[in-house]
Amino acid sequence: MSEILLEVKKLITAFDTDNGLLRAVDQVSFDVAKGKTLGIVGESGCGKSVTAMSIVKLLPQPAGRILEGEILFKGKDLVSTSPEDMRKIRGNEIGVIFQEPMTALNPCHRIGKQLSECFLLHKGMNKKEAWEASIEMLKLVRIPAPEQRIGDYPHQLSGGMRQRIVIALALACRPDLIIADEPTTALDVTVQAQILDLIKEQQQKLGTSMILITHDLGVIAETCDEVVVMYGGRVVERAPVLDIFHNPRHAYTKGLLASMPHMDTPRKTMLPVIPGMVASLQNFVHGCRFCQRMKREGSVLRERPIYKEISPLHWVEACPLCVEGL
Amino acid sequence: MQDLLSVENLKIHFPVHGGVFKRQIGAVRAVDDVSLTIAPGETLGLVGESGCGKSTLGKAIVRLYKPNGGRISFQGEDITHATQSKIRPLRREMQMIFQDPSESLNARHSVRSILEEPFLIHGIGTKDERKKWVAELLDRVGLPSSSADKYSFEFSGGQRQRIGIARAIALKPKLIVCDEPVSALDVSVQSQVLNLMLELQQEMGLAYLFIAHDLAVVKHISDRVAVMYLGKIVELADADSLYRNPRHAYTKALLSAIPVADPAAKKERILLEGDVPSPINPPRGSAFGHRMKHPLYEQTVDKDLPLTEIAPGHFVAADPCCLTAEDYALMS
Repeated sequence: MSEILLEVKKLITAFDTDNGLLRAVDQVSFDVAKGKTLGIVGESGCGKSVTAMSIVKLLPQPAGRILEGEILFKGKDLVSTSPEDMRKIRGNEIGVIFQEPMTALNPCHRIGKQLSECFLLHKGMNKKEAWEASIEMLKLVRIPAPEQRIGDYPHQLSGGMRQRIVIALALACRPDLIIADEPTTALDVTVQAQILDLIKEQQQKLGTSMILITHDLGVIAETCDEVVVMYGGRVVERAPVLDIFHNPRHAYTKGLLASMPHMDTPRKTMLPVIPGMVASLQNFVHGCRFCQRMKREGSVLRERPIYKEISPLHWVEACPLCVEGL
Repeated sequence: MQDLLSVENLKIHFPVHGGVFKRQIGAVRAVDDVSLTIAPGETLGLVGESGCGKSTLGKAIVRLYKPNGGRISFQGEDITHATQSKIRPLRREMQMIFQDPSESLNARHSVRSILEEPFLIHGIGTKDERKKWVAELLDRVGLPSSSADKYSFEFSGGQRQRIGIARAIALKPKLIVCDEPVSALDVSVQSQVLNLMLELQQEMGLAYLFIAHDLAVVKHISDRVAVMYLGKIVELADADSLYRNPRHAYTKALLSAIPVADPAAKKERILLEGDVPSPINPPRGSAFGHRMKHPLYEQTVDKDLPLTEIAPGHFVAADPCCLTAEDYALMS
């Protein structure tokens, strides 16, 4: 077993709303090993992005806050870390790749300035050194003619190039962990393939760990070592990537895999569907939330299923109706 | 069988203005010399990267854009230059579903008034009949009848897209142009909406032009698929044969870029360098040959690369840069 870099234990993140305090993330636990990639998959509103933003403490303020749980990064609890110290960790030891590169980059500053900032802030370089290090970063993410591009503003670049800049920003200080929140969702498949290859290559070269958040199971299959499936703010299944795809145990994971059209599904046939839809946050039951979606009744809705390891490294939320053969 | 829609050598160019006097200095060739047909009850999938002109083509077909050249005929009638008053009645027959239902549905109108509008515009039915039809439409797309008095923002993304579909089928059209109808939806909701679209097609004999960038979804719903690159169709074939035996280098690259949802699958990926070139100043020869810096590119400069039938029903651009030597020899 390789060394654990990040450990999230029973994390609860909640938002203050007009309807009271709502738990967007409800006792989520997982860990990330050094040099490995953990995928978090789930539908919109399942809490995957909130989980990630809780780790770097970039929750919307003042509404969002961590209620309970521990986030141990290299043995240090990030939950109790002060905002000043968090600022030193973010961008330096933990890099973040956001989905929409146009909002992640500042439109008023040249790329060079935004990249140099990491080096000036975290590495104590002078301006000239930082500028040269920035050019190196652009070369690393394979931007053609980096000496010229460094003087461009974000709007002068295509979507794929912008996402490369965001990756360069995240990698600039050689972080130990990268959190990538839907890094390729806004891109075309061809550019997505380029970007995923780039991320993988850099990760191998630098031995970085990664948390990859996406709703695309294809991307998960190609990049991750381990997968966490989230539903209704909770982890319903967690397993090594081969187990998730070849031996899924939870009904939600199975449904998700079945409802995607594959290249070899017969054309124009009805796809298997997961009926209904995700309940809204304030209507979630305490018990099994997938049973709630399937309109099942009884005690499963009242008692929260236990999260347990059913075979080595394979964890599920053990609802007797959602998991066969318990 | 007569084609429902036929498009011949269609061109849509958008002027680019610049300089001190804002004179026209160029044109974006969004759609350049595109020909295709759609038979009644058929689904034609249209795929390509962003900026390739697929949405523009879709909008031009329902005549939301004025063509700069070529011909569009619908049910045998030339509608290329038809005036607004002539187009209106035709819109009963061809409808559109948009990508983002939260933007294409008016948030200030109740679902009832959104769904009644098509009937009002075309002056169909009495008040009571319309009320009945709205209830039937909602039922057909799987929404409770109580939805009629709600507003679109009260619904989830998937439900909103159902409202968009209900509006499109209200007048029982023959053709629906669907511009990325499921790209904004979650996987589990996406399959529900795709199933609904397939059911409606069987029941009503609808034809779809299905525009999307998700190749697996397009394959699932389409009979034939057209691949577009920089304003031109580079390959058009029966869905199965296009996916099983792609001929054009661009189609091959696109297909190989799709992530496969099986971690055990080993596959070879053709990595494309760079981005789609700008359609303002496209390369003079084979656009994809130019992106790949193909040695035969010079041969294609200023040449026509017409879509040619390489196998029964399988059309591909006769482009020496993008075909294997054997395939290219077959064509000439």
